[in-house]
Amino acid sequence: MSKRIYLDNAATTQVRPEVLEEMLPYFTEHYGNPAAIYSFASEAGHAVAHARQAVADVIGANKDEIYFTGGGSESDNWALKATAEAYSSKGKHIITSTIEHHAILHTAEWLEKQGYEVTYVPVDENGTVKLDALEAAIRPDTILISIMAANNEIGTIQPLKEIGAIAKKHGVLFHTDAVQAYAHIPIDVNEMNIDMLSASGHKIGGPKGIGLMYIRKGVKIRSFIHGGAQERSRRAGTHNVPGIVGMGKAAQIAVRDMDQISDYESQLRDHLIERVLAEIPYTRLNGHRTDRLPNNANFCFRFIEGESLLILLDQAGIYGSSGSACTSGSLDPSHVLLAIGLPHEIAHGSLRLTLSDATTLEDIDYTVDKLKEIIERLRGMSPLYEDFIKKENA
Amino acid sequence: MYSEKVMDHFNNPRNVGEIENASGVGTVGNAKCGDIMRMYLDIDDNGVIQEAKFKTFGCGAAVATSSMATELVKGKTIQEALQVTNKAVMEALDGLPPVKVHCSLLAEEAIHAALWDYAEKHHITIEGLEKPVSDISEHEEAPEEEY
Repeated sequence: MSKRIYLDNAATTQVRPEVLEEMLPYFTEHYGNPAAIYSFASEAGHAVAHARQAVADVIGANKDEIYFTGGGSESDNWALKATAEAYSSKGKHIITSTIEHHAILHTAEWLEKQGYEVTYVPVDENGTVKLDALEAAIRPDTILISIMAANNEIGTIQPLKEIGAIAKKHGVLFHTDAVQAYAHIPIDVNEMNIDMLSASGHKIGGPKGIGLMYIRKGVKIRSFIHGGAQERSRRAGTHNVPGIVGMGKAAQIAVRDMDQISDYESQLRDHLIERVLAEIPYTRLNGHRTDRLPNNANFCFRFIEGESLLILLDQAGIYGSSGSACTSGSLDPSHVLLAIGLPHEIAHGSLRLTLSDATTLEDIDYTVDKLKEIIERLRGMSPLYEDFIKKENA
Repeated sequence: MYSEKVMDHFNNPRNVGEIENASGVGTVGNAKCGDIMRMYLDIDDNGVIQEAKFKTFGCGAAVATSSMATELVKGKTIQEALQVTNKAVMEALDGLPPVKVHCSLLAEEAIHAALWDYAEKHHITIEGLEKPVSDISEHEEAPEEEY
């Protein structure tokens, strides 16, 4: 079996060849430390400045409001912990949602142990944050609202503009974890009143180990990594120049081709969703039907368990992911699927397929054909399916 | 992450299916944790297990341990089948990753549950067999604190 169909682009992406090409000289040729004074380092310094502009352009930010970090999780940690500390004299209450990535949820839980209060706003059956509940949760001591731009599992895009307006109306800071959305869908930090935003390089055809945080000018935030004067002394550490250059190039491509890629991916995604729902019985689509990431499809297949499904897909050369307990190392299935109201036994049978602009129609058709076979086989050995069929025939 | 034997029993599970009018049927686990095993046993008048079949909802390890458990009890007497412990199932599969050990416990429970059903149907007592718990999740250790 030589087929290889990579449908886990929400986990990570292949570095685009033109991105790698752009990065390579900064390992061996222009390897100077941008903080150095001599002319040899100026090439690296220019490259960082150039990339900073490119990544800022994606979200309509000023380049001076971009801080490079080690990745999305670092940015999320920084946003919550350092804002909490900087604004603790105003209050110790933070609002987030039940479907955030663990980089936000576990940081929020840690803050709770440090004496902060956190409200986890619920979502509806599509995974959209309930705006009335969000607004109702705001208190005089609320310092921060952190709501993700788009969900990593089910792909639902949040109403960022509405959330930003609510935050602004109440004078509360708004952070968004845009790791899955940045450079995939249009985001404008000014139009959407976003004060802070996290993004990652390797989700957009860039390298791993590089991310950014956008921090609006005027927002008070503590340094997270102490040391040198890099990133206006807010994030010390020698610049990851090749990584920054790579993320900058990936961002540039994304801005140039976003409409085209988004159209292409959503067409394939819709074809995938339509075929799966039409051809595989007892299946549901998770997440919003239309307000979802162009490359995300997430299903629950009743009576089967996700890990078994992933192993058999792997053997067919198809790489996907699941929110089943067995893949997370805990007994509970995905918190996101539970938050949209799915019972445990259905949440265990989930499959996430995330496409890229390299995915083809043939890939999708092959995947659906294989899925049909595999699901039939797994249902054939499922006691839940046996009970269900017996009940149906009774 | 899985041994070759586990993968073999997952890919080519032995004895998948149902036995009509089985001597004993046991279902253990729960859908909440993501594992349900049902074992069917056909036991002859001499108390020898002639046939064993299973159906399982669960991960790769759950399918493989069910498959191995049916193989291990086939042809055995009831007393011999009681000796098929989770450890025996694991050893026969060349081991399981630590997070999957509970699957082998489930397989042991499934054997016991099927034997218990047999004993109840035939109004007999099987020495050394206790009423199986239907939900093994209570045996699970709490996840490690991450902070």
